[in-house]
Amino acid sequence: MSLLWLRFALGAYFISLIYAFVALTRTSDLFSRIALHAASLGMVFHFVSLTELFLSGHVVWASVHNGESLLAFLSMSFFMLIYAIYQTTSPGVVVFPVVFFLTFVAAVDEQPVLLTQYVSSKGWLAAHIFLIFIGYAALLVSFGASLLYLLQERRLKAKKPTSLISFLPALEVIDQIGYRSLLLGFPFMTLGLLTGSVVAISTYGHLDFLDPKILLSVLMWAVYMLMVFTRWNSGWRGRRAAFLATFAFVAALAAWAANYFSTIHRFAAS
Amino acid sequence: MRFQLIGVNHKSAPLEVRERMAIPESRLPDTCRELAAYPGIEEGIVISTCNRVEIVTHTSNGTADLRGFLRDHFHLETKELDPHLYEFRGKDAVRHLFRVASSLDSMVIGEAQILGQVKEAYATARAVGAVGGQLDQLFSRAFAVAKRVRGETAVGSSSVSIASVAVELAERIFGTLEGKTVFIVGAGKMSELAARHLMAHGCAAIFVSNRTFERAVGLAEKFNGKAIKFDDLYNSCDRADIVITSTGSPHAIFRREHGEQFLARRKNRPMFFIDIAVPRDVSPEMGKLDGIFIYDLDDLQGAVSSHVADRRKEAERAEVIITGEVERFEARLQTLDVVPTIVSLQDHLETIRQAEIDRVRGRMGRLTPEQEMAIEALTRGIINKVMHTPITTLKSAAKESEATTIVGVVRRLFNLPEKEKESLSRPAAKETEVGPRE
Repeated sequence: MSLLWLRFALGAYFISLIYAFVALTRTSDLFSRIALHAASLGMVFHFVSLTELFLSGHVVWASVHNGESLLAFLSMSFFMLIYAIYQTTSPGVVVFPVVFFLTFVAAVDEQPVLLTQYVSSKGWLAAHIFLIFIGYAALLVSFGASLLYLLQERRLKAKKPTSLISFLPALEVIDQIGYRSLLLGFPFMTLGLLTGSVVAISTYGHLDFLDPKILLSVLMWAVYMLMVFTRWNSGWRGRRAAFLATFAFVAALAAWAANYFSTIHRFAAS
Repeated sequence: MRFQLIGVNHKSAPLEVRERMAIPESRLPDTCRELAAYPGIEEGIVISTCNRVEIVTHTSNGTADLRGFLRDHFHLETKELDPHLYEFRGKDAVRHLFRVASSLDSMVIGEAQILGQVKEAYATARAVGAVGGQLDQLFSRAFAVAKRVRGETAVGSSSVSIASVAVELAERIFGTLEGKTVFIVGAGKMSELAARHLMAHGCAAIFVSNRTFERAVGLAEKFNGKAIKFDDLYNSCDRADIVITSTGSPHAIFRREHGEQFLARRKNRPMFFIDIAVPRDVSPEMGKLDGIFIYDLDDLQGAVSSHVADRRKEAERAEVIITGEVERFEARLQTLDVVPTIVSLQDHLETIRQAEIDRVRGRMGRLTPEQEMAIEALTRGIINKVMHTPITTLKSAAKESEATTIVGVVRRLFNLPEKEKESLSRPAAKETEVGPRE
């Protein structure tokens, strides 16, 4: 049943995905409202799907697909939070495609959840997953904001007023969205990594820093910290910030992909 | 109608050319004198604003070499100058001036400043004696037309001035302007206006810097702001989010290295430079830095062009008014050519009438007031009746090419003096005391 609801959600997200592509070329108030409603509807389905998973009893997010589903939902929540504060749907340009992709992959089929059998501290594992995913979602939004910042900066410098300029929020607002997401995400990411370490230690007795998952996670965290630091210390934004954000985002993707190579961070038993 | 007009404006010439042709306020009187002394030119007015340099003249034969004047004055080559120039003669020159004064030719159509600038240009030229009767009439009419356009169309209402465009752009960068700091460099009217708009949208603090410190203090007081010594400009400028600059400096006062300093000191928070100076105060190189946004006058034009769409309709109505006014002005000028003749003809006949009455009065003895009046009415009536057709003919002839011939014939028939024509066709000359020019 959970998968069915997820597929409904995917349908709704598809509408907002179209918006993400159209919004770059033209501004339509009506269309952004449709996208917003579609996204909200999708979130309702998505929530039902996740609730069903949760009620099924296990720490079920410890499967790649379910994890992706949760991450998509959290990203969407982030988007809605920003909309509530800034009244702008523009981050959707970046968030919607990612959410659609994650949901799409998650909705393909159901995966067995096996890892949890080996993990002794299930509470820590749940905390780890939640925290790290909120961190990911924040990173995604921050990455999106830095791209939009670049875009808006280009437009302002090109000095040709186009519809895009009015579609995007003011430069400082985009900057704020990015920076706040960054600040918000950082403690979650940090705590997520710490709880993850606790789980790993309690399961294996030690931390293997040469494991690709751990290595890449630490790298990602370091870039994340560098971003926060440069922004706080010297106000890096624009091109340099976008460069760092892209780097952090790629590191995060790599850390995620490392699930397939890591010996300790497996979802499925081999 | 031997008016000739030549000039460049924001449409015909890029900022680089306008920069080279800008005439500082202090040099304007000399330029006017020089213009009026140029061969073939009888009267001349120079209008120099940030967006245009226009030379309006009345010439002796309608074909004065105005391009030559510009070349000589600005030391420019023909090939540098000519592609950017527009030149109008006669009726077209009148139309162009009317359009300029009515703000139809402005970067921001309907903005009110241009009329004041044209008036100032007129006053400057007049003060140095470069204006005579012809330009006097032309400019008075231009001011009246501008007033009519403003009153009868919506061209000037909800005017998107440079100032409000600046506010809008600032909001594109900063979101809200609440608590932002404005720095005015070079205390001018336009920057004052822009600052006023920004303050109205929530900008909190204001700094003013000017080469003449007193003027900075004066302007700062108006806004409850702080005056900054010009020497301290670079040290305090980074405190501002928005810098409006309009100094008369011939070189850029903000260069790339300044931008780098500012950004370092403000931790890369963006800065918005509104450069309304011609020549520009901010080097374009500085705009390449991340976080520095510069809009000069041409850029602002681009930004406002999206606004003018609905004003176009009103502008079309204004054009109709102007076409009508040009016709009227032309007709009036020509009528004016015959008016002196009519007036002297009437004077001539009135003198005869008075003389005749005086002559016969002695013979008639004492007259009652009623009789006096009757004689008065009788003689007047005869003259008016006799003169009615010639005067009507003269007036209607005024609009045709034969006017000069008819005027000549009438003058010869009645032996009217020539010198009266001079003083009468230049009514304003009496009060202006226009000196003869070599």
